[in-house]
Amino acid sequence: MVIKLTATAPQFKETPLNRLHRDLGGRMVDFGGWDMPVQYPAGTIEEHLRTRNHSGLFDVSHMGEIEVRGADAIPFVNRITSNDVSKLIDGQAQYSALTTPLGTVVDDLLVYRFSQDHLLLVVNAGTTEKDWDWIKSHHAGENLQLKNVSAEYCQIALQGPDAISILQQLTELKLADIKYYHFTTGTVDGVPSIVSRTGYTGEDGFEVYAAADKAEQLWTKMLEVGKAGTDTGVLPCGLAARNTLRLEAGMSLYGHEIDETTTLLEANLGWICKLDKGDFIGRDRLAQQKESGIQRRLVGFEVTERGIARDDQEVVIGDERVGKVTSGSPAPFLKKNIGFAYVPAEQAAVGGEIKIDVRGRLVGAQIVKTPFYKRAR
Amino acid sequence: MANVPEDLHYSKDHEWVRVDGDIATIGITDYAQDSLGDVVYVEVPKPGDEFATNESFGSVESVKAVSEVFTPVSGAVVEINESLADEPESVNSDPYGKGWMIRVKMSNPGEVDSLLTAAEYEDFTKAEKE
Repeated sequence: MVIKLTATAPQFKETPLNRLHRDLGGRMVDFGGWDMPVQYPAGTIEEHLRTRNHSGLFDVSHMGEIEVRGADAIPFVNRITSNDVSKLIDGQAQYSALTTPLGTVVDDLLVYRFSQDHLLLVVNAGTTEKDWDWIKSHHAGENLQLKNVSAEYCQIALQGPDAISILQQLTELKLADIKYYHFTTGTVDGVPSIVSRTGYTGEDGFEVYAAADKAEQLWTKMLEVGKAGTDTGVLPCGLAARNTLRLEAGMSLYGHEIDETTTLLEANLGWICKLDKGDFIGRDRLAQQKESGIQRRLVGFEVTERGIARDDQEVVIGDERVGKVTSGSPAPFLKKNIGFAYVPAEQAAVGGEIKIDVRGRLVGAQIVKTPFYKRAR
Repeated sequence: MANVPEDLHYSKDHEWVRVDGDIATIGITDYAQDSLGDVVYVEVPKPGDEFATNESFGSVESVKAVSEVFTPVSGAVVEINESLADEPESVNSDPYGKGWMIRVKMSNPGEVDSLLTAAEYEDFTKAEKE
């Protein structure tokens, strides 16, 4: 077999936790120009299951943060994103997308509202520079200041059913009072932080933002109070587990399910497309596409025969190659092989039988409802 | 440090070969399984299938990736490890034992001489790491 070793080149960017990842035995890989742990010695399956059953700790400091301050902050962000920012209250977060004039996706993001004149946009790591340029280029005289504060923040995600009890040991904030997709500010282990009840795993959990130079303190403390090293304690998790967790939870990954060639409607993200909120970039095209109907649709599928579907493999229906897998992987908790794929809209119904071309072998799969996994509440 | 048993032969593609007469048992090395991570699926050929040297005879899949495996020696498959269908994790836990993949009747047992010894393979993996 061929082993791909990723030598760490000096040009890779590092999060403030890089040294600790290495100390923990993390296997470091290049992720969009960032030197990040793909897994730790416990392995992806154990990391995934521990997050579902107890808790997992993720370094997501590579994510980008862009601050928007000023009287026109809300109308400006409302014009460049698809969801309705005016619906947010202070302390609330919203999943949304930066859209192109074609209704396709520059990036998906979270919009945090601190106050009427202060928003924070949290964007993907690999697209931070592109987003920053895009956002600046659409700033047309509105009364506001934009600031790329990505390097100032660390971001640590503590996810899983035990996340709340672990984090509660480090803060006076009443975590139970923070609703899903809401956030508050306060101290965590004495460190001024933004504590957000959000995540990318399908579990309850929190994302904590703090000054970059406090990352090691917070990470180490969360492992300590989370009883890392015990069978049910918190486990550091790498990017591979982050990917399988989000896939089971039916969440899109930029560059896979969504990019500048896919519209929000094709990607099943109509729910973040508020066509009635007023004008925004791409609105007309999205309204037109909603009216005329989409040609292809993103679907979830389960492999029903032996084999694992992988990213970029072709979808075959009858004798025709009709689309491609955007994300395909074993699902460690569900113990199935699952994925997302684009198929013609008229063949996207749940229950439909498709084939995936797995390196020359056609493997049967069935279109299923997403999310694949939903936690019991 | 990865385990490299003395009595086996090794390929630069990280397969090992155990020779018994003209029968070669083939699997992937400890170093290879460790690099791959949790193995969740192993695809092996059918008995009777014939392979030249360095030909892809199957694949090993982890959660994250697919890796092809190659025949270090030429010959016909006489036996496959059927237990890997239900227990692919044997490749991780016991790569030189329960994790074996295929047995081949070698068409040219002399090919074994061109493979790496344990010491050579160890040096090779060290060099690859640097």
